[in-house]
Amino acid sequence: MVNPMYQRDILSIKDLSLENIHYILETASELKNNPKNNLLQGKIVAQCFFEPSTRTRLSFESATMRLGGHTLGFSSEDSLSIKKGETLHDTIKVISDYADLIVIRHNKEGAARLAAEISDKPVINAGDGANQHPTQALADLFAIKESQKKLDGLHIALVGDLKYGRTIHSFAQICMLFNVRLYLVSPKNLSLPEPIADILKKQGIRFSFHNSIEEIIPKIDILYMTRIQQERFDASEYQLIKDDYILTPEHLTNAKENLKVLHPLPRVNEIDIRVDDTPYAH
Amino acid sequence: MTKKLSVSAINTGTVIDHVRAGQALKIVKFLRILHDSQNKVTLGLNLSSNLVGFKDIIKIENYRLTEDEANQIAAFSPEATINIIDDFEVTHKNKIALPNIVEDVFICKNPACITHNEPMKSKFHLTEQGKKIHLTCYYCEKSFDKDQLKINS
Repeated sequence: MVNPMYQRDILSIKDLSLENIHYILETASELKNNPKNNLLQGKIVAQCFFEPSTRTRLSFESATMRLGGHTLGFSSEDSLSIKKGETLHDTIKVISDYADLIVIRHNKEGAARLAAEISDKPVINAGDGANQHPTQALADLFAIKESQKKLDGLHIALVGDLKYGRTIHSFAQICMLFNVRLYLVSPKNLSLPEPIADILKKQGIRFSFHNSIEEIIPKIDILYMTRIQQERFDASEYQLIKDDYILTPEHLTNAKENLKVLHPLPRVNEIDIRVDDTPYAH
Repeated sequence: MTKKLSVSAINTGTVIDHVRAGQALKIVKFLRILHDSQNKVTLGLNLSSNLVGFKDIIKIENYRLTEDEANQIAAFSPEATINIIDDFEVTHKNKIALPNIVEDVFICKNPACITHNEPMKSKFHLTEQGKKIHLTCYYCEKSFDKDQLKINS
């Protein structure tokens, strides 16, 4: 019997139904408890990372290996004919002959969807510009389900760069499928983009804007911290705001017992290292 | 249906009526048949209209607009009607349906969109929201008001 996700591309949270997401989470849980090292035997996963990544790239690589498959690919576009002017179209066309699955990270938005049109093999979006990072959102959801034992009715705070963070965009979209209450904490110029806020409103998701982490700590189950990307600012602007959204153990004195702190990483300084030793670090 | 239009001074062809005022020139730019061929084209701009206040009109002689072209026009002006003229008579009058998807017409405004870097056609999902038409790029998922977008020429 073929599973509902067979040969499906994973490009954007928008394409996934609630049933799809539950299926993915249940499968992840089952594989975590009963690892199967032969599911991808004889299969090749192509890692096409046109821009830098550590965690995502290594996580796909290790997952493939643990399931008995092999990987090939590249971790930057330097080694490619792209430098000679080859199009993404031609690159993907060739690679899809070498592999059974393509995992792509690219700095241009929509690159993964284009790759899926060109390739006759399924494509997974590992991040396209500031657009989507669906597997990050799914991994976050899995972490939340494990720690909270449920997904509905949670109070979740999103902190940091809500404007450019693609993990935030994907995560906010996935939150829409569940009955959550969102607390948005960010510098004014890094607020959640209006189109996403409009969709949240349309879906009936309650959310509020806040200026500080302290005011929302006692109310929340999940604190999702993100890096304020230095590359988004000029040097002086960045110096002004960078320290405002840093989490320290002192912030957590009024926290609920079940609170967990999540961060998609890399962490710069937005979570004080002492927080790692508290029970709130997941 | 036999109805004489006050503007149907053409023998045979197509009259696109009730075009939203200001849109005719954009439609002409988009519909290559209008400027690439030998067909005689007449435009009426900012004419008074019972229906919509002011309207534009496009008349093309000796050319019958295809259903596909007619539906593409809906992206510019969903209220437009297509009148097929034969022997000075209106033989066919169609309202057009706003398509769900429009390809190769508009240019995505997002500079980070892949459509600017690859030899490919743009693609947008269309939705009508009140009087406004919203376009969402199929690739980068950003949404725009139709009037914000330039046309591929």
